Amino acid sequence: MKVKDIVPRLGLDMLSGDADREISGCYVGDLLSWVMSHAQFDECWITIMSNINVVAVASLTDVACVIIAEGARPEENVIEAAKAKGVCLLLSEETVFSLAAEMAGLLKEKQAE
Amino acid sequence: MSDALRFHYDVDGENFTSAGEASAQVKKKLRQLGFSPDIIRRVSIAMYEGEINMVVHAGGGKADVFVYPENIEIVLEDSGPGIADVELAMKEGYSTAPDNVRALGFGAGMGLPNMKRYTDSMTVESELGVGTKIVMKVNV
Repeated sequence: MKVKDIVPRLGLDMLSGDADREISGCYVGDLLSWVMSHAQFDECWITIMSNINVVAVASLTDVACVIIAEGARPEENVIEAAKAKGVCLLLSEETVFSLAAEMAGLLKEKQAE
Repeated sequence: MSDALRFHYDVDGENFTSAGEASAQVKKKLRQLGFSPDIIRRVSIAMYEGEINMVVHAGGGKADVFVYPENIEIVLEDSGPGIADVELAMKEGYSTAPDNVRALGFGAGMGLPNMKRYTDSMTVESELGVGTKIVMKVNV
């Protein structure tokens, strides 16, 4: 499953990054140090944080994409930083819970294939 | 021991949002040098946590990364207030970060524990009112 597969399924707004990046799992969290020690390479990270440090954490952990949930909006400099670092930023109005539930469903579907 | 590659960075204490620049640079350099993704991840996360700590607690500092044939050494030095109780500071969940830092998603008390977790050795030398020096090594 790729980023471009989840964008239409979850109704996401893609701001930056690589749509062909493979997604192998999902991680949810807002405490950046916690996320840094637990999120894995190629996972989709769902958070309500939208500040510039999100881009640094996403880049260091090398997650496949970041979904900024619940209508939170990153500022322009955050989007610029994401583009410069090749971090895939996705926006959603949905709650973290409902996005995580949908991701769980998609990942299960993928496993069953 | 042969000559090490050395990268030096000044960590700006005023600008919280630029924290992470040094670790991002190191990540890029290590990638160019052909290190494995696991090594790169460990070094860059440990360094990022250290950078954040220097910005939050010490008004900035300096970071040096040495690449030896057998390990990568990260040396972080600041002239901040020092750590009163290093053992306590190493405990997961213990934090003295102010609320504005917590609002940014930091201050979970995971910084030093993460640095220890991701490196093969770590020493903390700290003196109140003088500063803190942290040396971390990741075996390659």
